[in-house]
Amino acid sequence: MQKDREKRNTRLLEIFGLLLALLWLSPFYLMIVNAFKTKRGIFEGVLGIPVEFTFENFVNAFAELEFLKSLFNSVLITGLSILIIILFSSMAGYALARNKSKLSGIIFFVFVAAMLIPFQSVMIPLVAIFGQVDMLNAAGLIFMYLGFGCSLSIFLYHGAMTGISKSLDEAAIIDGASRFQTFWYIIFPLLKPISVTVAILNTIWIWNDYLLPSLVLSEANATIPLKMFYFFGQYTKQWHLALAGLTIAIIPVIIGYFFAQKQIIDGVSEGAVK
Amino acid sequence: MRNRSLSFWLFLTPVILGLGIVVVIPFVYGLIYSFTDWNGLTANNFVGLENYIKLFQEDEFMNSIWFTIKFAVITVLLLNIFGLGLALLVTRNMKTNNLMRTVFFMPNLIGGLILGFIWQFIFISVFGDISGITGIEGLSGWLSTTNTGFWGLVILTSWQMAGYIMIIYIAYLENVPKELIEASKIDGANAVQRFKNVIFPLVAPAFTVSMFLTLSMSFKIYDQNLSLTNGGPFNSTQMVAMEIVRTAFSDREMAYAQAKAVIFFLIVAVISLTQVYYNKKREVDV
Repeated sequence: MQKDREKRNTRLLEIFGLLLALLWLSPFYLMIVNAFKTKRGIFEGVLGIPVEFTFENFVNAFAELEFLKSLFNSVLITGLSILIIILFSSMAGYALARNKSKLSGIIFFVFVAAMLIPFQSVMIPLVAIFGQVDMLNAAGLIFMYLGFGCSLSIFLYHGAMTGISKSLDEAAIIDGASRFQTFWYIIFPLLKPISVTVAILNTIWIWNDYLLPSLVLSEANATIPLKMFYFFGQYTKQWHLALAGLTIAIIPVIIGYFFAQKQIIDGVSEGAVK
Repeated sequence: MRNRSLSFWLFLTPVILGLGIVVVIPFVYGLIYSFTDWNGLTANNFVGLENYIKLFQEDEFMNSIWFTIKFAVITVLLLNIFGLGLALLVTRNMKTNNLMRTVFFMPNLIGGLILGFIWQFIFISVFGDISGITGIEGLSGWLSTTNTGFWGLVILTSWQMAGYIMIIYIAYLENVPKELIEASKIDGANAVQRFKNVIFPLVAPAFTVSMFLTLSMSFKIYDQNLSLTNGGPFNSTQMVAMEIVRTAFSDREMAYAQAKAVIFFLIVAVISLTQVYYNKKREVDV
């Protein structure tokens, strides 16, 4: 009897959970249905499905957002930033974990302590310095992402190194491999799980970042969030267009989430708990 | 690897340059500039504490600090209640567990800027429509007052980040040994007792982790603030991060903005260090 009651309770909870999940998704529902309405359709009501179904908003928003171009910029900047963050942070995590000296400990501490500094506290001098050397461009931005992203990444790699035996390095060195060869052919492949985590955590942040690109990039090189901001400013109160634009901007993220949801949730869990 | 070995330094050079040029040098420069009349290009005079005295006398800045503190306290509470609630819900033995996790976590992947625009539509148009149909006056005119702007930001942030906090609690809940729960059931403990006496003590570290995360996240919010209320009406929903950006890049008062940025750093650092301290202390106690 106790079992039956528990089963029933679980069933009720499940129904509650599913209703809550629907409520959670409702903002996206409202965005999508209204993106298919005409301007008048939205004026007549935002809750129901479109009476006069139109695809035109998407065509216009796609063109106005220069979507392929901003998508390309976003992919390029995020992709290159992730590559250099993974490469350089794993090298540093390896070096710091294998060197047990006091100096190594201090360097590690500085990287961890730097995580305390909020972006707004360094933003103004940062932009001024990069402006003076003419580096307010995509290359400068990618370098900035290395600077902001390396602390947490080094921390994660450093932690993962404790599980990798030192005898592996020693064997490779005896066989005549250089330090870098040892790292690249022996250690780096073993760090792959943590590299996935590092890639996911940094992608979520860099892909969505707005403030830093808005200070660094010109409109011609705008990423998706930056372009979205300009676009939205231009079409305030024209919700049919704005909502279609927002829907388009979200699609790449949803596709990514669809294919890698397990890795994403595991990665976020790992990054947060450590 | 030894200190003097060239390879040790070669492995570290890229990240030392990165952190040094992007974070450490601007941070130190910023500290120095906050005591000068720096205009973004040159600093001619040391002005001592002038910028700092000025900012404590500025109503708009002090307002933004109070607004941010109020926002942070409420958001931290709600996020942890929702986060833990969702985590308890999706760790039950149900077929739809993974589906629910996927849904609740989804808003985290989308940037605050885009989500803020979507919710602007919901608060203004959807709430307005519902108010028209049902006659509930409280739903019309959202985001046009300080109060509705505040709650709009709270709702948006709670909705966006609860799934993230859920993931943290799940990680700890799944570490609670099944045998322990079974044993407590056999001993006749009900759900409330089980939670209070068995589960809660084991997930207590999760509270420290998520309090720390949510507090510093809600203090640093900028994108959502920009896209949802843009600080309005009359800058009354402007949080500290946005205040600093405005002072620097709209008003072009660089040294003054940097003094605000230093105060902002101190607040965030004190919060983080307090949390780290308590975390360590509890680990020792256990």
